Amino acid sequence: MLISRGFKGKRREGPADRVPPGQYLTDDFPVLSAGPTPHTPLEEWTFTIEGGAEPVRWSWEEFQALPSETITTDIHCVTKWSKLDTTWEGVAVDTLLEAVDHDAAYALAFCDGGYTTNLPLEDLIDGKGWVAYAYDGEELDPEHGGPARLLVPHLYFWKSAKWVRGLVLRDDDEPGFWESNGYHLRGDPWLEQRYWGD
Amino acid sequence: MRTLELGTQGWPGHRAGQHLDVRLTAEDGYQAQRSYSIASAPGDGLALTVERLEDGEVSPYLVDEAREGDQLEIRGPIGGYFVWDGDEPEPVLLVAGGSGVVPLMAMARHRVRLGSETPMRLVYSSRTWDEVVYRDELETLGLDVVHTLTREQPLGWTGYSRRIDAELLAEVAWPASESPRVYVCGSTRFVDAAADGLLALGYEAGWIRTERFGATG
Amino acid sequence: MTGIAELRLDGNAVGGLLGELFGLDLTAAPSTCGDCGAREQMACLDVYVGAGIVVRCCHCDAVMVRIVQGRGRTWLDLRGVASLELEE
Repeated sequence: MLISRGFKGKRREGPADRVPPGQYLTDDFPVLSAGPTPHTPLEEWTFTIEGGAEPVRWSWEEFQALPSETITTDIHCVTKWSKLDTTWEGVAVDTLLEAVDHDAAYALAFCDGGYTTNLPLEDLIDGKGWVAYAYDGEELDPEHGGPARLLVPHLYFWKSAKWVRGLVLRDDDEPGFWESNGYHLRGDPWLEQRYWGD
Repeated sequence: MRTLELGTQGWPGHRAGQHLDVRLTAEDGYQAQRSYSIASAPGDGLALTVERLEDGEVSPYLVDEAREGDQLEIRGPIGGYFVWDGDEPEPVLLVAGGSGVVPLMAMARHRVRLGSETPMRLVYSSRTWDEVVYRDELETLGLDVVHTLTREQPLGWTGYSRRIDAELLAEVAWPASESPRVYVCGSTRFVDAAADGLLALGYEAGWIRTERFGATG
Repeated sequence: MTGIAELRLDGNAVGGLLGELFGLDLTAAPSTCGDCGAREQMACLDVYVGAGIVVRCCHCDAVMVRIVQGRGRTWLDLRGVASLELEE
């Protein structure tokens, strides 16, 4: 490995109790994407939970009428940047699951544009997951996943699926878009679960 | 902007339009990598022209810090599509947005070294006159150069002062009847607009080769 | 902040990476989209940089290639490429 004399890079390190191993701090909000930004009109937008006794669906209006929360949290991207104290508003997955009769252990989130990501249900409930539609006090920008994205900040941010349209509840853990090609099935940044085999 | 001349021991040579991947490694193993087009003509050494991006990770190092004697880890030369070898018969249209001029400059310089008579024209969009790279050298290469300055123009400027569009291209591009060979390089937005403009003139998609630069550096 | 339009690059951007993996330059190699059948050179395909790299058909946006790199390994998902043409 050739060390480049004098090269340091822009990265900043942060407090070890806030910044997981191998991560660096950023002040901006890098935009990363697996594809073109979808633009589903709100009149057509729905959020669906399948895999329970029967599918449950909310329109945008119905979704907005659900009780929401404001969360301030840190987020960690597998590409090594972390951003502290980000503020979001959204509906807790706990709230959504109250409407569903199920005994599933896993979920597969699906999105406009075809992206998917899988999670143990454990990682979505008990105040760990939201469907967020506002960031930093404003409507969530399409380039950051608006109108709504999944928010699961205790896992690497590829799990916080942009343009989310629903969850499929499952008995087994079906790998999603990235998990089927090298990224870790679970993705806990504090255990540095970035890749298969970590 | 800074042009870095790299030593070429063991360098296999390159084709006009190709690029290199440059990888930097910090002492603690942290790495960053970016791609840079080769500015020099084949046979004329190995030079990169790097635009310093304010928020960049690699370009500030290359422009501000790298000095003679430093070693750079590179991969390449890369590219078998966005290349001009000089034996193609068609007239060439080069369309550059900002730092997108770099690989096109390699082509223009290559044409001079070959003593080629192939007609070549460059349409070059920059924000200001100060930001035009290779400004003086472009006058000496025996090709038609059309500048457009999109943000600010010097006093007395009579040239174009807007972003490249179909109308501008209609005035300066080769007519479609010449079946020109086109190379467009710049940001995604620039390349898409230029390519659309050329298609509107009746150019065929197969004549147009594009290379999109990312905004990161 | 980078606008999303600028996030779409083209196959030139993965030329070095694929060249190193395959031992030959693939930027001019035509591939056929498994979804719509369009045949285009790698350099013409759309490339997005997310958590990993995604190469999409420039006609129908179907995912053709997914690339993840980490811990000294590269994972390549080529399911969306029906056929890749290489010159001898």
